[in-house]
Amino acid sequence: MNSPPEGGHYVRAYLRAVPGAAYLLAILVVVFAIFGSGFATSANILNIGVQSSVLLLLALPMTLIIMTEGLDLSMGAVLSLAGVVLADLLMNGRGLQTALAAAIVVGLAFGIVNGILVVALGLPPFVATLGTLGIAQGLALVITGGQSLVGIGDTLPALYESRLVGLPFSVVIALAAFVVFRVSLAKTRFGAYVIALGGNRESLVLAGVRANLYHVSVYAIGGAMAGLAALLLTGRMSAGHPTAAIGMEFDAIAAVIIGGTSFLRGKGSLGGTLVGVLTIGVLKNGLNVLEISSSLQVAGIGVLVIVALVIDSMLQAGRRRSAA
Amino acid sequence: MKSVGYRLIAVASIAIVLTASTDVFLTSANILNVLRQASLTFLIASGLTLTILTAGLDLSVGANVGLSACLAATVMKSTDSIALGVAAGLGFGAMVGVLNGLMITLLKLPPFIATYGMLWTLNGLTYWFMGGETIHGFSPGFRQLGSGYWLGVPVPIYVMTAFLFAGGIFTRYTTFGREVYAIGANREAARLSGVPVRARLNLVYILSGAMAGLAAIVYLARLNSAEADIGEALTLPAIAAVLIGGTSLFGGAGTLFGTLVGAVTLTLVVNGMNLLAVDANWQPLVTGVIVILAVWIDVVTRQRAEAKV
Repeated sequence: MNSPPEGGHYVRAYLRAVPGAAYLLAILVVVFAIFGSGFATSANILNIGVQSSVLLLLALPMTLIIMTEGLDLSMGAVLSLAGVVLADLLMNGRGLQTALAAAIVVGLAFGIVNGILVVALGLPPFVATLGTLGIAQGLALVITGGQSLVGIGDTLPALYESRLVGLPFSVVIALAAFVVFRVSLAKTRFGAYVIALGGNRESLVLAGVRANLYHVSVYAIGGAMAGLAALLLTGRMSAGHPTAAIGMEFDAIAAVIIGGTSFLRGKGSLGGTLVGVLTIGVLKNGLNVLEISSSLQVAGIGVLVIVALVIDSMLQAGRRRSAA
Repeated sequence: MKSVGYRLIAVASIAIVLTASTDVFLTSANILNVLRQASLTFLIASGLTLTILTAGLDLSVGANVGLSACLAATVMKSTDSIALGVAAGLGFGAMVGVLNGLMITLLKLPPFIATYGMLWTLNGLTYWFMGGETIHGFSPGFRQLGSGYWLGVPVPIYVMTAFLFAGGIFTRYTTFGREVYAIGANREAARLSGVPVRARLNLVYILSGAMAGLAAIVYLARLNSAEADIGEALTLPAIAAVLIGGTSLFGGAGTLFGTLVGAVTLTLVVNGMNLLAVDANWQPLVTGVIVILAVWIDVVTRQRAEAKV
């Protein structure tokens, strides 16, 4: 396209490669550090990590799904359902392994159904997963009768409160998931195929790759990760609730978009998504510190997405100008 | 129109099953109740139908009804004026439509993302605005709009009929209406034929927002109270009504009359579940299954049509 930049252009080229979200994150951190007393403490920063961990578990697979020009609106409802299943089994005295396995299987089943609806039947992803959202939400309500499930015992809350290598359990799980996703996307055949599914599906099929199988598995992974996230969510709340994570898919989609993954170009980056998740985490935490009501925080995320998109399109325009 | 015929048969069969299995279904009170309920779904779904005809989508309609209703309620209570309250609801609904349109035409966001973001933004604003309060008790004159009767028929049914006819003429016989179909069928061809695509899309989303505002007013008059969660369960049924009614998600094909049939079908299902004493918690699940089936039929129909060509 254009020749490699020379000299001082390197700096500018590098700055342009940084997702718009990183600037946004930096600005937010500075603003909150100045105006919110108690924001820039190590305890609070760790707290942001803990609060962001569930979201990261959803946003990682959401990145892959969006990279394949898809969408999964059912993730929040599936996470709620998996949490209800997990809590229900724990209340009935089952072991944590069994309960977690069941939660992941429930999530996986929904993911596979989503994948089949989108890939095999060719339904538009946003409506297909809106339908499975309704189904998952309905099941969670039916299982619980609309009530919270409390009394899940001490095992899971104790695990959630525990620390591994000095870090909170949830942060370790989220970071491990990030590393696994990052390596899989960058270094494995699976990753190469997922990237190709977005912009260049036809060539995969022509190359004899079972594109449908990989495409369904992207949604299946999304469901399974929602099941895994139920472990952290239920641990944090020490309870199951049928609408606990309703709408969390919006945060995940917002994080992915803020992180610079595009719906239309099949391009994406997990690093960008991590920045996006942290941006949302910092925004929510900072608004908490400033004692702004949690319902307004949702509106804040909506505005943040727009700002990120505007920054991104300005950077794009800049890139086009320098390419011309 | 042939496909609408099949849909009418579906409505008739549900009605026959319900008549046979419950005593209450075939009473005029229950039928009018079903139609009144369906007319609210239709009002929300009618603007949505226009957006889907352009191959777009407005996922924010339910949340828009929620905040418009809360704003209208607040204004009505504080100024004691029905007109100001109605104006606030309609005006806010339309303003949401303006923002949706700008996100789609100016920022070039995919409609489902733009309006999905709007959904959660409005939800958040509604909870913040209401702060857990409930506003209730409106003037009897205003409540007539939602729960009143005229010649033995609930008022919302008249509202619905008026908009069905106006909308039908609008979509079928005006240039604007034909342009909406043209944009949905082939946006590029429409643009090349001189259709002002962006202006038309903006107008379609404004109409969708304004219809949500209107539905909010009727809904408020019916419930006689406003709470933050008032619009939460309205989006999925509205989308289901449009899709059951045969409007294609891929744009360019569908009618408002189809959406009315869809709204009645869906209301019959919910009414039947109520009459058969099925736990209300099953409703989102059933609606979800219906949405998936309706889209599936849409996709298969389209594939068959393409295979013929």
